[in-house]
Amino acid sequence: MLTPAVVLLLGWMIIPLSMTVYFSFLRYNLLMPGQEQFIGFLNYKYFLTDPAFFAALQNTLILVGGVLVITVGGGTLLALLLDQPFFGQGIVRILVIAPFFVMPTVSALVWKNMFMNPVNGLFAWIAKLFGAQPIDFFAEIPLLSVIIIVAWQWLPFATLILLTALQSLDSDQLEASEIDGAPPLSRFRHIIVPHLARAMTVVILIQTIFLLSVFAEILVTTNGGPGYATTNITYLVYAQSLLQFDVGGGSAGGIVAVILANIVAIFLMRMIGKNLDV
Amino acid sequence: MGNISLKQVTKSFGPIDVIKPLDLEIADGEFVVFVGPSGCGKSTLLRLIAGLEDVTSGVIEIDGRNATETPPAKRGLAMVFQSYALYPHMSVRKNIGFPLKMAGMDKAEAKRRIANAAQVLNLTDYLDRRPGQLSGGQRQRVAIGRAIVREPAAFLFDEPLSNLDAALRVNMRLEISELHNTLDTTMIYVTHDQVEAMTMADKIVVLSAGQIEQVGSPLDLYRSPKNVFVAGFIGSPKMNLVEGEPARKYDAATMGIRPEHMNLSTTEGEWKGTVVVSEHLGSDTFLHVNVEGVGTVTARADGEFGVHHGDTVYLTPEPDKVHRFSADGLAI
Amino acid sequence: MARAVSTRRKMFITLFAWGIGFLIFFPILWTFITSFKTEAEAIASPPSFLFFDWTLENYDAVQERSNYFRHFWNSVVISLGSTLLGLAIAIPAAWSMAFVPSRATRNILMWMLSTKMLPAVGVLIPIYLIFRDLGLLDTRFGLVVVLTLINLPIIVWMLFTYFREIPGEILEAARMDGAELRSEILYVLVPMAVPGIASTLLLNVILAWNEAFWTLNLTAANSAPLTAFIASYSSPEGLFYAKLSAASTMAIAPILILGWFSQKQLVRGLTFGAVK
Repeated sequence: MLTPAVVLLLGWMIIPLSMTVYFSFLRYNLLMPGQEQFIGFLNYKYFLTDPAFFAALQNTLILVGGVLVITVGGGTLLALLLDQPFFGQGIVRILVIAPFFVMPTVSALVWKNMFMNPVNGLFAWIAKLFGAQPIDFFAEIPLLSVIIIVAWQWLPFATLILLTALQSLDSDQLEASEIDGAPPLSRFRHIIVPHLARAMTVVILIQTIFLLSVFAEILVTTNGGPGYATTNITYLVYAQSLLQFDVGGGSAGGIVAVILANIVAIFLMRMIGKNLDV
Repeated sequence: MGNISLKQVTKSFGPIDVIKPLDLEIADGEFVVFVGPSGCGKSTLLRLIAGLEDVTSGVIEIDGRNATETPPAKRGLAMVFQSYALYPHMSVRKNIGFPLKMAGMDKAEAKRRIANAAQVLNLTDYLDRRPGQLSGGQRQRVAIGRAIVREPAAFLFDEPLSNLDAALRVNMRLEISELHNTLDTTMIYVTHDQVEAMTMADKIVVLSAGQIEQVGSPLDLYRSPKNVFVAGFIGSPKMNLVEGEPARKYDAATMGIRPEHMNLSTTEGEWKGTVVVSEHLGSDTFLHVNVEGVGTVTARADGEFGVHHGDTVYLTPEPDKVHRFSADGLAI
Repeated sequence: MARAVSTRRKMFITLFAWGIGFLIFFPILWTFITSFKTEAEAIASPPSFLFFDWTLENYDAVQERSNYFRHFWNSVVISLGSTLLGLAIAIPAAWSMAFVPSRATRNILMWMLSTKMLPAVGVLIPIYLIFRDLGLLDTRFGLVVVLTLINLPIIVWMLFTYFREIPGEILEAARMDGAELRSEILYVLVPMAVPGIASTLLLNVILAWNEAFWTLNLTAANSAPLTAFIASYSSPEGLFYAKLSAASTMAIAPILILGWFSQKQLVRGLTFGAVK
């Protein structure tokens, strides 16, 4: 009963991944098929010393870091807000959760064109209202623009997880500490924050895994540009593989991406393992 | 119908021996209670009889036939679980009727049996409700109803009253005893509560660490416990067990005397002590007394005995009610 | 919070919370409104919020120009197809792990989850080449296969957690009541598992519908689902905001609705039990 699932996933992992590893040791370009030759670690050398790689690595880290800061910070505040009693909680919750369910290509294009466009976008109009110069988002601050779009999409996820964690906090603990004389800020620091810290860690780890692979938003807004300003590792590998047809180089890049993701995955798997009661 | 024999039955989970080689005979129509502290193996034993666990070695016979390899569905036994284990998506009627459906019973006959069981258990008004809409006691009865309709060779109860509140527990205890009188079918009942055991059983099996300590009627166990463990387990409050000098006076390594077999006096007696805690229930008085040279002793008096914390009191064990145990814990 | 909060404070929080909620939701709302404007109106300055001539012309235009419903149908087939295929494979697997666990069960489960963390670019090239050679590029079938595989860990995981919530004693009771395996499954387990299976199906359809890596790289005109179709608006000709809005509204509406019902499933399915 278990076998089909295990066999399929095993196949899904091993077969293509070993092919990627294999290709990464070849000089193989789709435009010149049949001329593959083994070149050892040369592809890795080229990939890792390519200035594009450094730019991509930097962009990846900035992108992931930026989105994490906005989503976890904003998510915590939103979770705290939504935990308060007020009228129409259910509806506000729906409003806040909605962006997560919008497909990435729609989010990206709506933001790029209808909000960030320096001529016709809403932000431009607001700027003009105040007599300021509209920002050309994707020319002046391309990476930050992508960060904004991605953060908007992932904020609901962080909020939802943190809100769930917050609501699982035993009110008994808070009441006991109140009776013991603790003021609200102290209660926040010593009871709520540690409880949330665990959920925050999970959010950070899971989001990081997914954020390393941000692709659609970049493809659809900037194609990695201007220059390499919005190229992350995922996009770089894509560009090399399917745009430059450099199978060898792209494969080496793909393996590098896998290694990076593995580092995060190890921490995440440990957290999952601790909680797993099988 | 309803004879069950266990011959040299053992059960191990990996390296842990949960049930040591065990023999037991249960006669048709008996109400047998397995009792013992947590982890003694009583529930495991019940599940072995039910067939929900396989024995590691030994033979289980039901009505003379070897049932050791028979799957639970085919043993002809019915079980009432601690959590009732009702099917949440089925109505009470369907719950009770499920075993009959599995047996492929004729619909008319099944309907008759369900109605009958419902009547006996006062469930007729609830037949179309779902378990989620019932109270604890009602769910308990549905679980029993589901067992009754099968007209099994024996009923197996796994701590059925643990999830009920105290008042309900007393009621259900009576109902189950009445049920036994009506149906006259073998019942095997597991509990950790020795009061349930004493009030309901024809025969009690006291278990500890996977072994049978003693088998006998409630009064047998009360009057003649075979060892220190049974002596201390049966009877509430616990029998006072005293070692050392006071025991040697009775020519034993350990002497035991039940709280209700002590004579109390404020003027004279064998043991002199100070009252630590006194509990006045009106119908009885329980005293926890610190006796010099003996330790803390519990004593019971009929009605009201007006001593309180700090008072001096004298206790005298009734000589013919003293239990004597040798150094290895066996009754002398 | 069991204590009464002052109404004034509650009102203040209500206003604040609604304000924030509105801000976050605004891009979606704006898209919806813009879809009913003419193109000229869509780029008009100052922008209008409610008072303009509402028109349906964009919805017509999108469908005429680009065979919108073909792509919509592709999305449906791919999401539903990969979800159903995934369920078919996952149900027996989750079953055996939940009810007949062995010492290896925990490791197998964790390994399955770890396959979800494999970055897609790591296998982009081989999959692309294999698909090309097998003629699977730009086919719905090929995409169904890929999406099944990438979501299988989540489906198995979710079903596993739901199955484990079914009390074992109820299945034992069925056995005592005379049910053999087939009856136990049919009459007791499946009815109790239906809500769990439905929840899993819901979440997975959402994830598959919004998937935007493989759907962008393995499809072309034929099998492109909505994710890829919308992407084609990134290199537009002429005025297109209103049409983009109409296309977008139609693309995201079904999932927004489904999403509102699946918040709990989201937490369960995507945090792998690390948050309760």
